[in-house]
Amino acid sequence: MVERLKYIAGFFLAPKAGPVPHLKGALNYLLVCVIIIFLFWLSLSAISVTFNFSFLDFYGKRIWDGFVLTIQLSASSLIISLILGALVAAGQSTRILPLRYLCDVYVKIIRGTPLIVQIYLFFYIIGTAWGIDNRFIAGVFILSIFEGAYIAEIIRGGYLSLDSTQLEAACSVGFTKKQTLRYVVLPQMITRTLPALTGQFANVIKDSSLLSIIAVIEMTQALREISATTFQLFECYLLLGALYLCLTLPITFASRLFEKRFNYALKT
Amino acid sequence: MHLRLENISKHFNGTEVLRQVCLADEIGKLAIVGPSGSGKTTLLRIIGGLLQPSEGHVFVDGSRVDYSENKLPHYRAGLGYVFQQNGLFHHLSARKNIALPLQVVHGVSEEESLERAQLLLERFGLVHEGDKLPAQLSGGQQQRAALARAIAASPKLVLLDEPTSALDPEYTNEVLDVINDLGKTGIRFIIVTHEMGFARHACDNLLFLYGGELLEYGTSSALFENPRTLQLQRFLSKLLEWRV
Ligand SMILES: Nc1ncnc2c1ncn2[C@@H]1O[C@H](COP(=O)(O)OP(=O)(O)OP(=O)(O)O)[C@@H](O)[C@H]1O
Ligand SMILES: [Mg+2]
Repeated sequence: MVERLKYIAGFFLAPKAGPVPHLKGALNYLLVCVIIIFLFWLSLSAISVTFNFSFLDFYGKRIWDGFVLTIQLSASSLIISLILGALVAAGQSTRILPLRYLCDVYVKIIRGTPLIVQIYLFFYIIGTAWGIDNRFIAGVFILSIFEGAYIAEIIRGGYLSLDSTQLEAACSVGFTKKQTLRYVVLPQMITRTLPALTGQFANVIKDSSLLSIIAVIEMTQALREISATTFQLFECYLLLGALYLCLTLPITFASRLFEKRFNYALKT
Repeated sequence: MHLRLENISKHFNGTEVLRQVCLADEIGKLAIVGPSGSGKTTLLRIIGGLLQPSEGHVFVDGSRVDYSENKLPHYRAGLGYVFQQNGLFHHLSARKNIALPLQVVHGVSEEESLERAQLLLERFGLVHEGDKLPAQLSGGQQQRAALARAIAASPKLVLLDEPTSALDPEYTNEVLDVINDLGKTGIRFIIVTHEMGFARHACDNLLFLYGGELLEYGTSSALFENPRTLQLQRFLSKLLEWRV
C-alpha cells in the first residue's frame, strides 16, 4: 500500500537532479491548467453567469484595431525607451555633473511614482502646454519616458555587473576605449541584459493598457467601451486577459530562453 | 630588451604601495617574488601600462613610456599580459580570443588571424578546445589559451601575474612547462610567482619586493644561494618550511 502511494506520489515530483522528463512535465502542466479552469468555472457557476460572445461579430473590427494599436504603442515605446534608457544609463556616469544629476533625478522620480499619476500630469499639463494633442504620440511619449527609467536601471546594472578583469584584459591586449566598448562591453552587456530587457517588453505591453485613461483607443479602451454598451463585462475582460497573454507569453518564453543561453555562456 | 625603472613610486589614497623602485637591466627571464601585498602586481601593472606611477618613469629600450590616455593602447599592444584568472574574454571562444586582438589591434586580416590562432592552439595542446568558451575550459586550458593570446602578436615582452596560483597543482606544472618552453624559444618575460622552484631554475634573474621596496635584485642562483637581506632569508626559509 505504502509502496503504491509512493509510486503515485513519484508522478508529481521532479527528479532530485537534472531536467523533468517531457511527458511527466506536460501531464503535470495540463493538470494545473485543468485545476485553474475548474476553479474558474466553479466561481462562475456560483454567481450563475452564462457566457455570450455574440458581440464579437459586431465589434470584432474594433477589437482588432485596439489589438493592433496596443502592439504599435508598445513597439514604438520600446524602441524609444531603449534609446532613452541607454542614454540615461550613460548619463548617470558622466563627469558633467548637472547631466549626471538630471539623469539621477529622472530615474528616481519616474520609478517612485505610479504610471497613472504620470499619465495625468504629462497629458494634461505638459501635453497641453506644449500642444501635443495627438493622443497616440502623447501615449508613446509618456510610456517611453516611464519605461526608459526602468531600462536605464537594467542597463546600468548590466554595466556594473561586468567583471573588472574583462575591462583590464581589454586594456592589456591594446584595445582603445572605443574598441573595448564595441568588442567587449557591448557584447557582454547584451547577453547580460537581454533576458531582463525582453521581460521589460512584456511590462510595456501591460502598462500600455493604462493609456486608456486618456482615451487612447488601444485594446483595453476598446473593450471597455464595448462592455459599456453591451453590458457583457465578464466576456469582455476575459477576452482582454486572453489577448494580453497572447502577446506576453511568447515574450516571457523568449526571455527564459535568453536567460538559459546566458547561463550557458558563463558556466558550463 | 632593456628596461629602466627610475624612482617608481605609487600611492593609493595616501598609502604608499611602491617606494622609489629603481632598476636598469636587460630583461630576459625575470621573476618577481615577495610576500603578499608587497606591491608585485602593482609594479607589473605599471610596467605593462595598465597603471600610471605616482612618481618616476619607465623606459623601454631607452624611450620613455608615455602614460597619456591616447598613447597607452599602442604601448600595451606591444606587450603580452597574462592575469591570474578570468583574463580571457568570456563571450568569445578560445580561438576568437586569440584572433580578435590580432584583427582589431594589429590589423591582421581575418583569415590570417584565424590561421595564426589555429597554429597557436595546436602548439599549446588546445586543438579540440578552440571553439569552446572559457567557461567550458579547465583552469589550465584557460591559462594556456591566455598565454597563446599574449604571444600571438610577437610582443617584445610578456608579463605574467601569478599565472598558476589559481590552479590545481596538476595544472600548475602543465602551465609552467609551457612558460618554460616559451622562455627557451627566446620569448622574454617577467613573471610574478610564488613557485620558487620555477623562479630558481627557469628564470635568469630575480627581483625581491618587500613592503613596496626593491630589496634585492640579481641572478636567481645568486639570490637563492646568498640572500643578503634578512627579509629575503626569512622569505625563502618560510617557503621551504612546508616542502615535501
Ligand atoms: N586599486 C587599489 N586601490 C587601493 N589599494 C590598492 C589597490 N591596488 C592595490 N592596493 C594595495 O596595494 C598593496 C599592494 O598590492 P599588490 O596587489 O601590488 O600586492 P601583491 O604583491 O601583488 O600581493 P599578492 O601576492 O597578494 O597578489 C596592497 O596593500 C593593496 O591593498
Ligand atoms: Mg598580486
